[in-house]
Amino acid sequence: MKANKVWKKVAGMGLVLMLSATALAGCGGDKTSEGAASGGQSTGAAGAGTIAKMKERDKFVVGVKYDLNLFGLKDPATGNVEGLDIDIAKAIAKKVLGDENKIELKEVTSKTRIPMLKNGEIDAIIATMTITEERKKEVDFSDVYFLAGQSLLVKKDSSINGIKDLQKGMKVLTAKGSTSAKNIRASAPDAEILEFENYAEAFTALKAGQGDALTTDNALLYGMAKQDPNYRVTEETFTEEPYGIAISKGDAEFVKTVNDLLKEMKENGEYDKIYEKWIGEKPKK
Amino acid sequence: MDFIGAYTPSHLTFLLEGFWITLQVAFLSIVFSFAIAIVVGVLRYARIPVVSRILATVVELVRNLPLLLIIFFTYFALPEVGIKLDKFYAAVLALVIFEAAMLSEIVRSGLNSVEKGQIEAARSSGLNYVQTLWHVVLPQALRRMVPPIVSQFISLLKDTSLAVIIALPELMNHAQIINGRNVNYVIPTFLLVAVMYFVVNYALSIVSKRLENKHA
Amino acid sequence: MIDFSILIDHWDMYLEGFGNTLKASLLALIGSFVLGTIFAIFRISPIRPLNWIGAAFVEFIRNIPLILVVFLFFVGLPAIGIVLNPFLAGTMGLTVYTAAFIAETIRAGIQAVPKGQTEAARSSGLTYLQTMRYVILPQAIKVVIPPMGNQFINLVKNSSVLGVIAGLDLMYFGDLIAADTFVTFDVYIFVGLFYLILTLPLSSFVSYLERRLAKGR
Repeated sequence: MKANKVWKKVAGMGLVLMLSATALAGCGGDKTSEGAASGGQSTGAAGAGTIAKMKERDKFVVGVKYDLNLFGLKDPATGNVEGLDIDIAKAIAKKVLGDENKIELKEVTSKTRIPMLKNGEIDAIIATMTITEERKKEVDFSDVYFLAGQSLLVKKDSSINGIKDLQKGMKVLTAKGSTSAKNIRASAPDAEILEFENYAEAFTALKAGQGDALTTDNALLYGMAKQDPNYRVTEETFTEEPYGIAISKGDAEFVKTVNDLLKEMKENGEYDKIYEKWIGEKPKK
Repeated sequence: MDFIGAYTPSHLTFLLEGFWITLQVAFLSIVFSFAIAIVVGVLRYARIPVVSRILATVVELVRNLPLLLIIFFTYFALPEVGIKLDKFYAAVLALVIFEAAMLSEIVRSGLNSVEKGQIEAARSSGLNYVQTLWHVVLPQALRRMVPPIVSQFISLLKDTSLAVIIALPELMNHAQIINGRNVNYVIPTFLLVAVMYFVVNYALSIVSKRLENKHA
Repeated sequence: MIDFSILIDHWDMYLEGFGNTLKASLLALIGSFVLGTIFAIFRISPIRPLNWIGAAFVEFIRNIPLILVVFLFFVGLPAIGIVLNPFLAGTMGLTVYTAAFIAETIRAGIQAVPKGQTEAARSSGLTYLQTMRYVILPQAIKVVIPPMGNQFINLVKNSSVLGVIAGLDLMYFGDLIAADTFVTFDVYIFVGLFYLILTLPLSSFVSYLERRLAKGR
């Protein structure tokens, strides 16, 4: 069985090498036409028809985080990924394909998720992704499905209680490519910002004493504090972070389907149930 | 340090799952980079006017770039020109590009080490150029290349760990996930991971030494 | 086709990263040369336990990934109470890793000097250390310089692992620019060019030395 799989991969790789060779050659050949086309958006038509694609393969392939308690966390013991984002993904699978188990999860990080969606590797991103104007140029967003705010995670006995306590020389850790990095640079210009590949690496670094605070949306920080009670989340939030589901640019049909579903779930109480299950309290109205 | 907490059965199987991916990536990369390296090495050795020149430049560029950058490139940048690969194949492609460049240099210098007199003798006994290469030069050169090639394979297996940056679920990635749970797991986990890499690589280096002695 | 504004707009970041890459490479070069020489002498010394220590260090480090060594310095040492900043942790990891390869290079160089010379020097009254210092090492260094050059090229390339632990090097800043602008292709091309500025001259210098050494024989 396993040997068989390896050979499949050998064949796959051969194909990949051939394809990339031809693609590179092609790309060298018609540089001018490519340059002209890529003025505005490079992947114009690629986004259309996600629902048709899902139905054809009878599976919803969704990019989620694997390292975030409460939203998307992989349990090494069972191999299951669980969290609020995953429950939303299941609801979409149920709506479109009629079965909440017809989902395939793929791990994304703040940095990899947009490239993966543009690649067509995933149908949508449900990965605590803040809706921003800059990102809207790259992808389309659903309505807000979770409203978070940026805050700080510090050691229990730390003197830091908010961003005003961040002094010169203090180190604040976060993940590359996240809005948190930009926000903290603007609101605490004196602090030194160190960015890691993902939040798990950043939290490991914080635990190893490599920084004074870790910053991101409080929703994620609560998950980390729950995992390690030696840490606490400061109460103040200094931004509003509306999370949206990212969908390939131009796929209005899929955006509408998701928005209708979110509205439906909020009306019938299903959303509140999921929210309470993970966050431990009812959503603020 | 918490060895008992770090070495639970679920953590151990999790690490082994990662190692299995590591070995798959390494195996595929070895097969393809070696095949490409032989072709590139022979083409450069044969001094075909334009082709050899272009290959020499490409090899020189790739050899002088960090592999980490090439991994970022195949995963994050290639999609911008329409080549879309998932993590597994992006990692394999990057390794194949990088290691093929390194290996082709070994192949080329191995070919160069075969005495010119032998080639002349083979040619004058009626073999054509390709036959001489295939039957006389390549077999001898390959034998001499065994030690550097095996040590390059060892480098390759170690280099697969760099795919941790694109979150490929290989051994390093799984180790970091365990480390994230508790700081006291870090050293025990890394020790075990080091032993896993060491065992395979050391076995490879012993095989290489055996082969070397056999042919010497 | 390539967007130069990516280079111009983030010039300061590229430059800071380039400077730190250079700094980390040089520091690690000096450190690993010293450490590597010590372990090389351990490996060929007549004292058995030193032999074992030298062999164990070299074989172990050479067979494990660099990133593992760097992670050990970055998140492993803090577990026993030693916290180094990312740049320092990365540079020390690089130093220890490279030292194992340099030790092997130097050992090979020393062993390339014919045994008879050691015996001659010893019998003319020099101590073991004096023999090493005045007779063997000066000759060994000549053989060792080209492979050492290759190690330095590897060191510059390998210093890119600092980018993974926020070590403020070229890879780190390049990665930040790519993550912020989404113009990954062009950003990485420029990052690659900066590395080539360091590695290409080094590599042509090494092949020049190799050719000269080959002629001298």
